[in-house]
Amino acid sequence: MGETLTLGKALNLGLRRAMEDDSKVILMGEDIGKLGGVFRITDGLQKDFGDERVIDTPLAESGIVGTAIGLALRGYRPVVEIQFDGFVYPAYDQIVCQVAKMHFRSRGKVRLPMVIRIPFGGGIGAVEHHSESPEAYFSHTAGLKVVACSNPSDAYWMIQQAIASDDPIIFLEPKRRYWEKGEVDTAEELSVQEPLHSSKVVRPGTDVTVLAYGPMVRTALDAANAAAEDGRSLEVIDLRSMSPLDMGPVYASAKRTGRVVVVHEAAGNLGMGSELAARITEECFYSLEAPVLRVTGYDTPYPASRLEEEYLPDLDRVLDAVDRSFGW
Amino acid sequence: MEASLYRMVRLIRRFEERCVELVRSGDIIGGIHPYIGQEAIAAGVCAALRFDDIITSTHRGHGHVLAKGADPIRMLAELCGKVTGLNRGRGGSMHAADFSKGIFGANGIVGAGGAIATGAAWAFLRQGGGDKVAVSFFGDGAVSQGVLLEAMNLAALWKVPVLFVCENNGYATTLTVSESVAGTICGRASAFGIPSSTVDGMDAAVVFEAASAAVESARRGEGPAFLECLTYRFDAHHTWEHKARVRYRPAEEEVSGRLRDPVEIAGGRLDPAERESIDEAIEALLDEAVAFATTSPAPDPSTALDYLYGSAVLP
Ligand SMILES: Cc1ncc(C[n+]2csc(CCOP(=O)(O)OP(=O)(O)O)c2C)c(N)n1
Ligand SMILES: [Mg+2]
Repeated sequence: MGETLTLGKALNLGLRRAMEDDSKVILMGEDIGKLGGVFRITDGLQKDFGDERVIDTPLAESGIVGTAIGLALRGYRPVVEIQFDGFVYPAYDQIVCQVAKMHFRSRGKVRLPMVIRIPFGGGIGAVEHHSESPEAYFSHTAGLKVVACSNPSDAYWMIQQAIASDDPIIFLEPKRRYWEKGEVDTAEELSVQEPLHSSKVVRPGTDVTVLAYGPMVRTALDAANAAAEDGRSLEVIDLRSMSPLDMGPVYASAKRTGRVVVVHEAAGNLGMGSELAARITEECFYSLEAPVLRVTGYDTPYPASRLEEEYLPDLDRVLDAVDRSFGW
Repeated sequence: MEASLYRMVRLIRRFEERCVELVRSGDIIGGIHPYIGQEAIAAGVCAALRFDDIITSTHRGHGHVLAKGADPIRMLAELCGKVTGLNRGRGGSMHAADFSKGIFGANGIVGAGGAIATGAAWAFLRQGGGDKVAVSFFGDGAVSQGVLLEAMNLAALWKVPVLFVCENNGYATTLTVSESVAGTICGRASAFGIPSSTVDGMDAAVVFEAASAAVESARRGEGPAFLECLTYRFDAHHTWEHKARVRYRPAEEEVSGRLRDPVEIAGGRLDPAERESIDEAIEALLDEAVAFATTSPAPDPSTALDYLYGSAVLP
């Protein structure tokens, strides 16, 4: 029992519920108030919570994130919206040098409960700066937690869990899936949801394990449907948390299937797939029938619009990797 | 001068209107930030520049790129993502550039061009002998970005021949200048001891005169200058708004903001027959550009890894 919501609307309702539950939650970002954000994720929130809690900031990412740190240190729970993935870089210094290190630097004396929401990934015909997948930069930085939602129900619950977390969280939203619909049971309690930093089997299978997160979960599920027609059973795991990684379900699956394919939009070189392949190899070496294969974006800047389709992993490339895995 | 200013203002206007049509038809993927309403600034400032001067531009960059002398035909092909484009279809609307003409590119990162222009102008200074200048165009939104303020400080300290041109169209996407700028825009220049002035950005002749004075002082070695041009964006922040139908500017303002039209102001100074012949030539040029762009091939996916490094990847 639940409502059918788009992923974007689910985030909007999740933010609303977090704001209702805790008056310390404030939203900051460019065009998030009056406009409700370029993707309308904060639509209506300034109207209902006022411009003291939903703040249209000047165009100054470094300043926005930097002031959010100060607010968080004084008891607020700021939720910052970065308009597009590529605009997080002016704030990168604040995130890597300050956000990630406050708790550690203070030997645990202070907490930094802030969320940095970033629409990420391609597939909408936009270019460089508007289609990037920066998860590896942040996952590489100890002290940050990095998550990505892939469907409306997770979007609704994960954004609330992220806001409730006492640690700083980079919250990645698959922008091209904002308009995809799914069931959300908003009547449930936050406390009974699966933990934020847990990976989840979203389609059980027996032959190959496919690991994905964010926008690529849908791609992996589509591939699993197509593979089923050919008599191959893919198990799809939505990692959900890039840092920390929840490897338990991944290892269990890899040991059962013996074959693993990792899918992400970000470039392959030193991407999440590299870390996943290394860990799976270390832990499941004797169970593997084939090397862990990666299906990723290419090692180039995000390409011009006419090459986008070629760049992004799609169903065919996932199935091709599955075939290659069986070739071993 | 009046005829050439008009020609450029009109060219940019019609180029942008054609682009909006090409966005609708799907030939330009991902949309554009139309420069419509602000043409007099690019036309006036670039008329004060020489071939060997340098500019940096913004996300709303088509006007600057054209006014500095890029070929409109190859520019349009670039926007359509074709191999015949200025950047072989790799740059697109937000990163169109022609380095051979001193056009160091449109830029998708707000504020980024300010430091790049400062560095380019500093190189001129260090290389000695010449009197070349660089110009950085940016919007009112960019004056809140740290990198621009850092660049202004460096430019002033090192007496760099760079002109900062702020196109104040009243809005950074939906945020008004009064909501985003504490103090004044020119006050930022004053803080670094950079001489500044505010001019009517709807009149290309006025912009040309002010830019010429600023450029001349930079050429004489007097360091950076700052020009605030007051203008109004006639169209959407981005063509995406045409579909999303967002409202953030008062209806009366949208009407009054368009009353002074740079095309009419510049065109009003010409003899109607001359104006007509300029207009006709522009239409013919743009017809050719559209035909060229739409029939040119898209990049071959097998070339996706090209242009990544200047030297060979493997020894
Ligand atoms: C660093 C960065 N942050 C955010 C954006 C998204 N963005 C693109 S244009 C724009 C507003 C720019 O306003 P202004 O500088 O006044 O230029 P205008 O659009 O009015 O020409 C914003 C927020 C961006 N391109 N770069
Ligand atoms: Mg503006």
